[in-house]
Amino acid sequence: MELKSVDWLIMLLYFIFVLGIGFALKRYMKTSKDFFQAGRALPAWICGLAFISANLGAQEVLGMGASGAKYGLETAHFYGIGAIPAMIFVGIFMMPFYYGSKARSVPEFLRLRFDEKTRALNACTFAVMTVFSSGISMYAMARLIQVLHVFDQLFQALGWPKENIFTFSIVLSAIIVLCYIFLGGLTSAIYNEVLQFFLIVAGFLPLVLIGLKNVGGWHGLKASLPDSYMHAWHGLSHASTNPMGVDIIGIGMGLGFVLGSGYWCTDFLVIQTAMASSDMDSARKVPLIAAMPKMFFPFLVILPGLIAIALPTPHTTESITHTADGAIVHNIQVVAPQIEQGKGIVPAKVNPVTGKPMLQADGKPLLDYDMATPNMLLHYFPTGLLGLGLTALLASFMSGMAGNVTAFNTVFTYDLYQSYIHKNGTDRHYLTVGRIATVAGILLSIGTAYAAIAFNNIMDTLQLVFSFVNAPLFATFLLGMFWKRSTGHGAFAGLIAGTSAAMLHHGLTLPIEANPGIHGGWITVVHHYPSDMAQNFYGAIFAFSANFLVTVIVSLFTKPKPEAELVGLVHSLTPKPETGHLPMWKRPEALAVLILVIFVALSIFFA
Amino acid sequence: MQLDLRIPMGLLFTLVGVILAAFGAATNSDPAQFSHLYAKSLGINVNLWWGLVLLVFGQVMFQMGRRSQKRMEKLSHPVSTDTTPRRGH
Repeated sequence: MELKSVDWLIMLLYFIFVLGIGFALKRYMKTSKDFFQAGRALPAWICGLAFISANLGAQEVLGMGASGAKYGLETAHFYGIGAIPAMIFVGIFMMPFYYGSKARSVPEFLRLRFDEKTRALNACTFAVMTVFSSGISMYAMARLIQVLHVFDQLFQALGWPKENIFTFSIVLSAIIVLCYIFLGGLTSAIYNEVLQFFLIVAGFLPLVLIGLKNVGGWHGLKASLPDSYMHAWHGLSHASTNPMGVDIIGIGMGLGFVLGSGYWCTDFLVIQTAMASSDMDSARKVPLIAAMPKMFFPFLVILPGLIAIALPTPHTTESITHTADGAIVHNIQVVAPQIEQGKGIVPAKVNPVTGKPMLQADGKPLLDYDMATPNMLLHYFPTGLLGLGLTALLASFMSGMAGNVTAFNTVFTYDLYQSYIHKNGTDRHYLTVGRIATVAGILLSIGTAYAAIAFNNIMDTLQLVFSFVNAPLFATFLLGMFWKRSTGHGAFAGLIAGTSAAMLHHGLTLPIEANPGIHGGWITVVHHYPSDMAQNFYGAIFAFSANFLVTVIVSLFTKPKPEAELVGLVHSLTPKPETGHLPMWKRPEALAVLILVIFVALSIFFA
Repeated sequence: MQLDLRIPMGLLFTLVGVILAAFGAATNSDPAQFSHLYAKSLGINVNLWWGLVLLVFGQVMFQMGRRSQKRMEKLSHPVSTDTTPRRGH
């Protein structure tokens, strides 16, 4: 890839502004509340956009493009049923407890509602996961920069060895993220997430528009793809009739109810942005405001994958032209075998040892779907806009890291340090600890990124372990907020049981066409799923059910907290949030109804 | 509120818009020399057009941020005068 000075200028401008915002915010960071909770003073729209951007890291952007190329429009379920109902639920029903309880983090809410050990379990697993996630994000960015040869020219010009590009990318991103969080805390992270949101739109909207124009609009796209690619709901009645190999129960229960809610309703990474808003009405509106653009994001991030698959595959061509002076010119355009064997502009995967394209079990080439979106950028964007597209990708990598780092420093300082190491320090002391935790978190992330090079499978393994921990979480919060009888012992036992159930399920089942190991079946195979998605969704259902049952049973045998201590934490003991002062159409409930209507309309239209 | 995000964000998008539009305009004048540049984007000078879009977006953001910042300053002014006088007005 060739970057010209105009591309560099745009990228540089972004870096300057990111750091500039950090410096501008520095003088407002006086107390730990300013640093960790953005002073609880941000307007709803900013928190709302940060709420979805926190999830819109570059892995998400590239992953959704890849998934779009692999499965088609069905991928949109991750943005529809997997997000919208959960976002409405957290805004309308759960935010009153998170925001109203004055808890400073999600683990702290668990301590108020249940007990110390439930909080400790959640805080520890969460802190570990954020550090690893931010490391994975860093690794993915450095790899992409290597693959796209972003810094190659720069290194050549400076005479530096190319092997250092990986380290350079990691150190550069780490320093920038460190600077702006160290200076501006959560406010800085949220501001940069909003900036990233608009950059992603600015970088991807022209890509989709040009791409669609090229393939002949929506109808042209439909005509050049298999029918099943263009439907989100068709064929979901049975796993064998849709590209993802899942059925309606897996999607509805597994993705929509368990995984979607587990993420959007309990993950402090996103909840922290809502808890930073200025009052209860705003906090409840944050997830709802976020749901609006969320519904339309499939057009920006999934469509590039579909277009990439729909384009004609390049082949080696030989053209003969007779020039005016009678000479015959042979013009051979050589296309690399991995591109020729690919589909559309999605290349085949290359075996790093032999250099030949890799084949699937059925003899078809294995496609490198992760390259769908980056190749689209390279395919359509000229110098100038290419700089903007790359800046958008870099921005989303960095803000993905930043969200994890701010979640980590808050949970570490409030839930681990203040609770178990140093209880009665001054506010200034905790502010300093938070800044040190920021540095430590980033150093640990760098460690993770390097570990990912040394051990090939570490990323898959980590993500698998995260899924075991996250799958049952929603049951704990649901019971905690809506059943006053549930107890701390119950919640703790339920979490352990849920995670164990997820592990057991994974150890006993296997997607067809996979070998036992990282994909499952490492105990023994008792059931085959039609796809890894189906395995994932059903695993979540099992984990949730196990957690739910164990929490209920153990709770019934243990002593509940006195009701007076549960006011503001449990639905039946908390006065309804007062919205009478707002005109009807400004209430969160009105917004929720509007979102539901649009969601249903979109689902019907793209069924 | 502290610093209205729309001010720096508006500025960034304005600048990016100006750069893209200027680059687009500079490469628009001589089609023979630059046609290969926009062959990728179906012959459309996307830098010019998208640059103008971003420029407008950036300006709208910037002006909105400025207006709300001024309003906030007016609101907080009577309070801040009886403590220490504000700098940077």
